Amino acid sequence: MKPFAYHQPAQIPDAAKLLTSIEDSKLVAGGMTLIPTIKQRLANPAALIDLSKLGNLKGITDDGATITIGAMTPHAVVAASPLVRTKLPGLSALASMIGDPAVRSRGTIGGSVANNDPAADYPAGVLGLGATIVTSTREIASGKFFLGLFETALEPGEIITAIRFPVPLKAGYAKFKAPASRYALVGVFVAKFADGVRVAVTGAGPGVFRVPPMEAALSENFDPTAVAAIKIDTDGLTSDIHAEADYRAHLVTVMAKRAVEAALS
Amino acid sequence: MSNVIGIGASPKRKEDQRFLTGRGNYVSDIKRPGLTAGVFVRSPHGHAILRGIDKSAALASPGVIAVLTGDDVKADGLGGLPCGWGISDAKGVPMKEPPFPMLAQGKVRFVGDMVAFVIAETPEQADTAAELLAVDYEVLPSVVGVLEAVRPGAPQLFDDVPNNICCDWELGDKAAVEAAFKKAAHVAKLSLVNNRLIGNPMEPRAAIAEYEPGTDRFTLWTTSQFPHVVRFLMGALVLNIPQHKLRVVAPDVGGGFGVKQFHYGEEAVITWAAKRVKRPIKWVASRSEGYVSDRHGRDHVTEAELALDETGKFLAFRVNTLANMGGYLSTFGPNIPTNLYAPLLGGVYTTPAIYCNVKVVFTNTVPVDAYRGAGRPEATFVLERMVDVAASEMGIDRVEIRRRNMIPKEAYPYQTPVLVQYDSGDPMGCLDGALVAADVKNFGIRKAASASKGKFRGLGYSTYVEACGLAPSRFAGRLGARGGLYESATVRVHPTGQVTVMIGTHNHGQGHETTFAQIVSEKLGVAFENVDIVFGDTDRVQFGMGTYGSRSLVVGGAALSKATDKVIAKGKKIAAHLLEAAEVDIQFEAGKFAVAGTDRVKSFEEIAGAAYVPHNYPLEVLEPGLEEQAYYDPVNFTYPGGCHIAEVEVDPETGTVTLVNYTAVDDVGTVINPMIVEGQLHGGIVQGVGQALFENAVYDEGSGQLLSGSLMDYCMPRADHMPMMKVATHSTLCTHTPMGVKGCGEVGTIGSPAAVINAVVDALSHLGVTHVDMPATPNRIWRLLQNASLPVAAE
Ligand SMILES: Cc1cc2nc3c(=O)[nH]c(=O)nc-3n(C[C@H](O)[C@H](O)[C@H](O)COP(=O)(O)OP(=O)(O)OC[C@H]3O[C@@H](n4cnc5c(N)ncnc54)[C@H](O)[C@@H]3O)c2cc1C
Repeated sequence: MKPFAYHQPAQIPDAAKLLTSIEDSKLVAGGMTLIPTIKQRLANPAALIDLSKLGNLKGITDDGATITIGAMTPHAVVAASPLVRTKLPGLSALASMIGDPAVRSRGTIGGSVANNDPAADYPAGVLGLGATIVTSTREIASGKFFLGLFETALEPGEIITAIRFPVPLKAGYAKFKAPASRYALVGVFVAKFADGVRVAVTGAGPGVFRVPPMEAALSENFDPTAVAAIKIDTDGLTSDIHAEADYRAHLVTVMAKRAVEAALS
Repeated sequence: MSNVIGIGASPKRKEDQRFLTGRGNYVSDIKRPGLTAGVFVRSPHGHAILRGIDKSAALASPGVIAVLTGDDVKADGLGGLPCGWGISDAKGVPMKEPPFPMLAQGKVRFVGDMVAFVIAETPEQADTAAELLAVDYEVLPSVVGVLEAVRPGAPQLFDDVPNNICCDWELGDKAAVEAAFKKAAHVAKLSLVNNRLIGNPMEPRAAIAEYEPGTDRFTLWTTSQFPHVVRFLMGALVLNIPQHKLRVVAPDVGGGFGVKQFHYGEEAVITWAAKRVKRPIKWVASRSEGYVSDRHGRDHVTEAELALDETGKFLAFRVNTLANMGGYLSTFGPNIPTNLYAPLLGGVYTTPAIYCNVKVVFTNTVPVDAYRGAGRPEATFVLERMVDVAASEMGIDRVEIRRRNMIPKEAYPYQTPVLVQYDSGDPMGCLDGALVAADVKNFGIRKAASASKGKFRGLGYSTYVEACGLAPSRFAGRLGARGGLYESATVRVHPTGQVTVMIGTHNHGQGHETTFAQIVSEKLGVAFENVDIVFGDTDRVQFGMGTYGSRSLVVGGAALSKATDKVIAKGKKIAAHLLEAAEVDIQFEAGKFAVAGTDRVKSFEEIAGAAYVPHNYPLEVLEPGLEEQAYYDPVNFTYPGGCHIAEVEVDPETGTVTLVNYTAVDDVGTVINPMIVEGQLHGGIVQGVGQALFENAVYDEGSGQLLSGSLMDYCMPRADHMPMMKVATHSTLCTHTPMGVKGCGEVGTIGSPAAVINAVVDALSHLGVTHVDMPATPNRIWRLLQNASLPVAAE
């Protein structure tokens, strides 16, 4: 670890100002991803701007048609929320499957979404539910937010303040955990809305993506059997020491089936 | 007298008081005045010529005290790390033994090979300077797999080691085996890989070194399983420090599993550097650094053949193995895949003829050495897989074929055709016990229940034996050991009757402070809490070979037992004098010296008091004091073994293997503390399950990069991978150790991989699957099912 300055602003504009004015500065939320990279000297920020003292970034609110989760809400809080459990059951399950209790207590939804790890769980939930990413300057649709391998639509100085989720009729998440890291080797989120079904896949490729043929089939018939025979193309899928691309493609089908089962249960 | 806690009791572990309350004292807890920080600069390349090192930028970095490289080592006339074993080929030609420099010279041979040591005021400053060190590498192609390394045209690690073969070693009667194969009714064949493992003790390696000019003495605190051996190897053979001028301390150590039973270059470099900079230096490895520098384990590629007669009797066993040594020979390196492997190929069976050839091969990987089990899990895996393959090919039940070939209890002592003579054992008894405990009778019901959920259930057996309690020195010497393998203990009785034991083994999780105290408490009748065990400091403990090879209780406990007997013998002389009786009439029991047949007694405390206040004492014939020492050199190895039964469920949709039941019935001889034995079995089994299902150290061929370089990519077994285990002991007593003990530290790791893989193969056998390599990952199982189900679907 190299020395760095530490700031704990109280207002979002102050945080944004620090972020743009200090070269090589970084926001820190739960620190579960950022701190290890700093310790390994893979990231050497000049300053850390801690979001923990900003007002209004924590907590879950119900606006009827949508549920809004503050960016600084830890995974454990989302997992335990009765509101999320009844309105966004798939997301509740997803949050409970992230990492271990320590990671769930510190790690935040904002940090996870901003980081956009190709094997992270939240991107599947956010894209699968068609959520909106609310930032310090604007609102971004999930379909325009995730740009592949650790890339997002966030501009320099932009801070995620909340994620707003439309309430689905049904939703479910199935995760095949990578044996060592327990991130998603393949995770599939399915959500049924009045106007159709969304299917989002994480872990399988360089970034979260939707599967239109599965969405079409499930919109016709929201049942595991509807996706059981739909295979996805291995092109562009990840192949590494844990799983080859064709195995990942196979798991997408299996996890899609299980996500529908979870949504129906 | 009160609170005697003796053999067979399960008191809570003494050492846990400090461990569980955060009061342990580990190397990195130690603070010294003027302490500096050292970091090693390691090769990022698997294989490269070291063209030069420019220290200037690093030296100019803030806080830097010194930057040392291989040239500085050379300038000081120092050599490299010694190998503790010298093996030879069939013609008696010694193994190739290229130098293993303290810091790389001329070439680097694995990712993690040390090229420089940077010392600065703080760890951060040392890290920064290390990044600034300019090392000029000419990168060469790497070779990481044994099959690739012996191929013509493969990159050569050393100019004088053709085809990277360190030694072409063999054991057994080749001609007898060939003859038996000629008359065999059936020959079963098997090719397999024994996957490379990384040890992962909880505490990473660390060291602090200090030089005191006033006394010309060095002290090295190090995370070691054998401080006296480090003192000997490093002092006498690497740094030329006289033994009396070097103190090596291994304080509390957070797990070893073998990883910490070698003399590492880091220890030599930091000790040498401490005198050069005249300041104490501390180095603490990160987990990632450990991955590329802690010695790895296993890594074999093997072809095996078993010859059987028409009834399924084993006639002969032939095994050809390529064993990976990594880039250099580590302390025990060449011994592990040879002497600790081939002699176990007889297993618990009466196979009359066995031949084993092992080619020990250098590759551009971390040096490979002993890891819990060391050689014996590899042997057990080959043999127990082979037995299942033969049974299935011949249509004989897997338990039945084992019974037909098992050494009956009455046949012990049993001489195998591969050097070792088992003193005692009852493999059939262990098997029978395990069959009942695992409820094998009702397996069919459980299998059907799994099938109804679309899952495949399988049962796997491993009836095995191992050799531990390392080791009879003379025998080991004939096999190539360059040191002795005895153990020593001193029993110091204080004037008030409490006891301090100084023992040469090292406790790093095994519970020695408890087990050894129980032995003393039982034998001397002193209270359990009045016995302390001291270890891990060459200034406090007379000598010792340390802890590995399940030797601590077997060899160290025997030395302790002998030393305790000497205390009793001297106590009898003192008692005879005080009680005015003949020495032969004194009986010692339950902490009291009594004149036989009378009520005249002296307590142990009274005798201790008399020994230190010798007013009424036979000073003419007896020295005062009550302190005795013993060295014990075992006459044979010990041979624990048993039967493990694994039950797995495979999800064919994802390829996931779930271990649903695990049963072990082991023969570990006398059990001193059942709770600790159970803990050792549990831990050992989990490590073996880790090898079978999860763990795999993977290198990239060509670049030599370690792809499984962190816990994110190297899968350790976790609590939720394990079912509740059923473990029990079915003991026969060792005939040659003082207490009948056999050792239990490694049996779990040795017996389990074969049981698990045999269960996986059993679960998939209806699809024509005959073998699964370790680890049986979901991807691997899915791939097998993809390939296997094709012919089935075509039927
Ligand atoms: C052992 C372990 C296991 C894990 N397992 C999983 C798992 O199974 N599944 C999974 O999905 N994740 C897993 N994670 C990651 C975990 O969920 C992290 O918490 C998450 O990825 C990052 O959240 P954080 O709050 O810790 O962010 P930080 O580490 O603080 O920040 C991460 C990045 O996001 C940026 N950032 C943070 N907050 C904001 C914001 N509000 N606006 C803009 N940028 C922001 C930071 O600048 C930084 O670049 C694991 C982590 C660990 C350590």
